[in-house]
Amino acid sequence: MRKVLSINQYVRAQSLDEAYTLCQKKNNVVLGGMLWLKMQKRNIGTAIDLCDLGLDKIEETETAYRIGAMVPLRALELHEGFAKLTQGAMEEAVRHIVGVQFRNCATLGGSLWGRFGFSDVLTLFLALDARVRLHHAGEMALADFAALPRTTRDILVEVIVPKTAGRVVYLSQRNISTDFPVLTVALAARDGAYTCVIGARPMPAAVFADEKGLLAQGITEDSARAFAEDIASRAALGGNMRGSADYRREICKVLVRRAALALAKEG
Amino acid sequence: MAENNFRVVNRPVRKKDAMQLLLGKPAYVDDVTPHDCLVVKVLRSPHAHALIEEINTDIACKVPGIECIFTYKDVPQKRFTMAGQTFPEPSPYDRLILDQRVRFVGDAVAIVAGATEKAVDKALKLIKVKYQVLEPVLDFHTAKDNKILVHPEDNWRALCPVGADNQRNLCASETCGDGDVDAVLADCDEVVEHTYHTKACQQTMMETFRTYTEIDHYGRLHIISSTQIVFHVRRIIANALDIPKSKVHVEKPRIGGGFGAKQTVVAEVYPALVTWKTGKAAKMIYSREECQIAGSPRHEMEVRVRVGANKDGVIRAIDVYTLSNTGAFGEHGPTTVGLSGHKSIPLYTGNLEAFRFAYDVVYTNVQAAGAYRGYGATQGIFAVESAVSELADRLGIDPVVIRERNMVREGQVMTAYYNEQANACALDRCMERCKELFGWDEKYPVRDMGNGKVRTAGVAMAMQGSGISGVDVGSATIKLSDEGFYNLSIGAADMGTGCDTILAQMAAECLDCSVDDIAVFGADSDASPYDSGSYASSTTYVTGKAVEKACAQLKENLCRIAAGMLDCDVSEVEFAGKSIKKLDGTGEVSLFDIATKSMCGNGIAAEATASNSSPVSPPPFMVGMVEIELDKETGQVDVLNYVAVVDCGTPVNPHLARVQVEGGLVQGIGMALFEDVTYEPTGRIMENSFMQYKIPTRLDMGKLRVEFESSYEPTGPFGAKSIGEIVINTPSPALAHAIAHATGVWHRELPITPEKVLWGIKKGQE
Amino acid sequence: MEIKLTLNGKPLSAEIEADTLLIDFVRAHGCYSVKRGCETANCGLCTVLLDGTPVLSCSVLAARAAGHHVQTLEGLQEEAEDFVGFIADQGAEQCGFCNPGFVMNTIALLRENPDPTDDEIRAYLAGNLCRCSGYEGQLRGIRAYLDGRKGEA
Repeated sequence: MRKVLSINQYVRAQSLDEAYTLCQKKNNVVLGGMLWLKMQKRNIGTAIDLCDLGLDKIEETETAYRIGAMVPLRALELHEGFAKLTQGAMEEAVRHIVGVQFRNCATLGGSLWGRFGFSDVLTLFLALDARVRLHHAGEMALADFAALPRTTRDILVEVIVPKTAGRVVYLSQRNISTDFPVLTVALAARDGAYTCVIGARPMPAAVFADEKGLLAQGITEDSARAFAEDIASRAALGGNMRGSADYRREICKVLVRRAALALAKEG
Repeated sequence: MAENNFRVVNRPVRKKDAMQLLLGKPAYVDDVTPHDCLVVKVLRSPHAHALIEEINTDIACKVPGIECIFTYKDVPQKRFTMAGQTFPEPSPYDRLILDQRVRFVGDAVAIVAGATEKAVDKALKLIKVKYQVLEPVLDFHTAKDNKILVHPEDNWRALCPVGADNQRNLCASETCGDGDVDAVLADCDEVVEHTYHTKACQQTMMETFRTYTEIDHYGRLHIISSTQIVFHVRRIIANALDIPKSKVHVEKPRIGGGFGAKQTVVAEVYPALVTWKTGKAAKMIYSREECQIAGSPRHEMEVRVRVGANKDGVIRAIDVYTLSNTGAFGEHGPTTVGLSGHKSIPLYTGNLEAFRFAYDVVYTNVQAAGAYRGYGATQGIFAVESAVSELADRLGIDPVVIRERNMVREGQVMTAYYNEQANACALDRCMERCKELFGWDEKYPVRDMGNGKVRTAGVAMAMQGSGISGVDVGSATIKLSDEGFYNLSIGAADMGTGCDTILAQMAAECLDCSVDDIAVFGADSDASPYDSGSYASSTTYVTGKAVEKACAQLKENLCRIAAGMLDCDVSEVEFAGKSIKKLDGTGEVSLFDIATKSMCGNGIAAEATASNSSPVSPPPFMVGMVEIELDKETGQVDVLNYVAVVDCGTPVNPHLARVQVEGGLVQGIGMALFEDVTYEPTGRIMENSFMQYKIPTRLDMGKLRVEFESSYEPTGPFGAKSIGEIVINTPSPALAHAIAHATGVWHRELPITPEKVLWGIKKGQE
Repeated sequence: MEIKLTLNGKPLSAEIEADTLLIDFVRAHGCYSVKRGCETANCGLCTVLLDGTPVLSCSVLAARAAGHHVQTLEGLQEEAEDFVGFIADQGAEQCGFCNPGFVMNTIALLRENPDPTDDEIRAYLAGNLCRCSGYEGQLRGIRAYLDGRKGEA
């Protein structure tokens, strides 16, 4: 009774144009890490593999890191530049994802393209103010990409993380170590402004600013608490097997407060 | 203390198959059987309760490569049970291979066999079924005497008087006791009464159910299966196919874990039917999803406990009522439930004046339950141990002290355990040692770690049995072979636990040789001596004694051969390991030469077979203590340390015994904190994969520490009792206790998830 | 379609379907050490090395492995023999079904980090489920191997 994915044809695209042209057909699919795809009981016409296109590299420029869509999560986890840039938040965001072998397979492009509700990666990268470059639609903010309709037929080529990430803290709540998160929180401080991302709501991650300026006078126990209460009251939260909406709201308050205090400690 | 001058027994010998397994050599069903056989899969019901009105396989049959498709119209109409138990089985005969009535989401509707997996998958999609959807019984509280019957059929039957009645959805029902429990409870200063709920947890052995079948050159059905019970499989398959037992031959290769799941014939019937009907070889490999939804999990139980004590903490009476959910079929239903009382109440034999134990086992329209390590004791011990810890709380007595005051001690007669005497019981020493190793006095108090986190501890005791008294049969054949090595044949099934090795250790001890001199074979229903199989913590205790007996008989035979060679009377020689010597020192023949002689002009068997059964089932005992860190703001519970001290009699192989304990503890931690089984309103199980059914990883268990405090069981081989099952019983009550101590809230339903913990705290604060 | 790859050091060309998974491919080529334990990429039993990196062969298309080096435990017997005896000495192999995936990932760990701490071992092997051993014996075995190696050095 094993569900079997069926693929009619496998093509290693030799150019982004070729991949883009192929992926215009509805039952053709661009392969990421294949971890989610292979669980689906669907018939795919052509599986388009980008593995020959050199998208498995992380390039550093003066202002940003440019991460190819085929870079595995494990590479991000081990990357010294990101460890420094995010003060360890990158590793913290991915280390819970199943296991090393899984993270060697899972790609950044696949993780973001899916805009999965449970995504640790989407949560963190939104907080990092990341941008994505699509082959056809060009460069755009990750937040804008996340809002694109799922029917969009384009190729995610690379992800751009500006070096102005600021200070970042990543926290998640899980019922058991390597499970999907019950809630994810990424909090970043940049140029005196705060970006708080809440993921696994269980809907995909959403971005919140400190609209009321609750942290403007600095982060203290009280301001962190007020900020956390504010975020928890604004975030749309739902329930699933891993936790009810009410539980998520409770731990949202806790995680956001703890993230803010951790941020203050780092600063 | 145990007399311990053993040479091979009680030594940490490497498991005989260890290196082969660690190096990934082919050893399991799908590695060692042909691949060019028919692929067998089962179409499963999307409904919890329905009648098949029409089923059309015409189009599906036309898929290229499809060999056959069977429906309920194609199978024998004699009901049978898939439970691997000694005949007459206590489990009711309530199954057909395929039935017109489907009884749970995942129940078998049709069997498809074809040349390739793709062809079979395609055919499965093309079978057209018209169901008359019926209202299911999904809530096990409402099952008894419900107007909806899970098994209304006339040919349902119970072979044993277990209180079963299919017209009442009852798979079993009984009440027993000793003394006037109501009167004693009324006289107690304090009575704790609560109901505890455990779920239908999955064994999740890493190798799913799988079976290969073929017709051998004698025209018999040859089954190679991942099973704990080769002899029961022979009987059950013959019953299911309605063919003579003589037509069936069952063997097992290495087994990728069982934990009781493979004590039920879950996968075997499907390829067996295909092969028997088509004459062609066939294989069925269960998917993980099938294991989760159509396997053989733990019985969901609700256990109501009343435990009464005086102010001084003397426990005087325990009253247990268990409602057990056997699901759609009755495999192991009438027997698992018994352990929920008979292996929990006797822990408190110390001052017990009265007990009562009653139960109902009900049919419902969910996945049928089966045997899972602990077999009902796990559920009952969670309830009784939780209640005792709460009682200690109310009385203001340290939970260790209340146990010391009331626990069963060596020599006592356990009225709630069929009046068996505790011949060998070191429970008191287990508690003392565990307390010391763990640092109970330092770790039990709630310690504030800052940032909303506290640390605290919990404790629990447990017992189990060693085989089924008066029922289980273990046998061994030991044979002297060329150059003086031995063949040991057994019908018990090593499922990774190491019984091949520990039985060889016993043989080596008896025969004064090395474990390497013993080649072990098992299990094969044609070639092995009869064994009930590896379940009920029986193999070390029951089959081990058979090994001892067989070795004694073999030595006698070898002495007779040697006496002939030495030209003297058998009374003049003795077995001396490498040789047989004349008592007066005037002659000796080597084992090597006896082996040679045994194959040339010899009329005395250089082998012996012995069987063993025990009128008693001596309980192993243990104590577990757990330290947790609990986040009062999120409800998260981290297990930091788990210390267990076990009395399994003589640990035949201390390393393998320790790993049994560690593995059982981690399964128990999973059951207590993570492993949930929930249903959609339709009756579909939500936790149908490893993505949703979360077993502990190595990050979820803290640090384990295991020691043994051995008693010496006079009826066991070399003083041994059992170890395999008891080890899963302490984590649930110990963790519930620790969480209650940290939060003030008792959780009586498993698993205790962070969300439940947090709501408990919030509710407590209101 | 036809693919060419190196399996345990031997060049191989084979006819496959576009959706053949690497796990099924290597098993079909006699590498029975590679096991399937789930359908959801959660168990780690199917771990193989792809160009030296541990991956889940249940989630890699055989077609994707074309042009690459695939190694299974069949091809790494000597490297495994170095340390698996220490696990055998603990009795932690138990049923053995998870062993090949666990051993493969341990090989990857020790190549990447020859002197890991206990916590590093736990973290690296977290994706390898085992239901028998309770994990502690596996850790003891690896630790005994590492400590023994240090003693030699």
